[in-house]
Amino acid sequence: MARVLINVPATAKRGSVIQIKTLISHVMEPGFRPGPDGKIIPRDIITLMTCKYNGEEVFRADMFPAVAANPFVTFHTIATESGKLEFAWTGDNGFTETASANITVE
Amino acid sequence: MTDINTTRRELLIGAGASGATMLFAVRPAGATPEAMKTAIRKVIGEAKVSTGRIKLDIPPLVENGNTVAMSLTVESPMTAKDYVKGVHIFNERNPQPNVVTFHLGPRAGKADISARIRLSDSQNVIGIAEMSDGSFWSHEISVIVTLAACLEGTN
Repeated sequence: MARVLINVPATAKRGSVIQIKTLISHVMEPGFRPGPDGKIIPRDIITLMTCKYNGEEVFRADMFPAVAANPFVTFHTIATESGKLEFAWTGDNGFTETASANITVE
Repeated sequence: MTDINTTRRELLIGAGASGATMLFAVRPAGATPEAMKTAIRKVIGEAKVSTGRIKLDIPPLVENGNTVAMSLTVESPMTAKDYVKGVHIFNERNPQPNVVTFHLGPRAGKADISARIRLSDSQNVIGIAEMSDGSFWSHEISVIVTLAACLEGTN
């Protein structure tokens, strides 16, 4: 299980732009480095991250080996209605992780 | 080619002008290694890329290429009809030209994203924003990296 940290404001004004911060623990092994035995360490990265707001996708990121370990991504969205923000990460070797946060819109 | 009566001053002006045009003609090919160009074309096709509207922000001097803070903003009203569809980040000298691609929509509110990336060497990083009207805008910055990422072995 990868550790996930998400920062979403608990309450927001309707129509305001809110900032979302996400951090997930992952080695993001790029697949170009030799290990102690001189062999290349196989690639192991997160390739896709998505954020859905009440089921509708508002943000998506395709990641490549050039994304640093423990991907930290900050983005914005409009607070349209109260509900749930769902985050999902998928990657090499069948890696999947999900997280969610609730938001109250006044 | 040059008239025998040309003064020294005229000759110098002419030489300067042709030198400048040569510089402009040659520069993009020199500064942009082929791999990055190919990768960009693969993503955006044959579309024309203009400079402006997107602002990429990476510290000009990076101590550790393993974690480089990168942020970007794109000028756009972000309405249902006029919004940023996506932003693609490319680099010149990492083993792979792609860095990350962000997909946005009108619900993003504002195109303001930050993330942490790896840079294996001092190089140029380019951000290309794709707008809903099909236009592409870019911003290229050069970054100096003192400790490279990606290629050194683990100890």
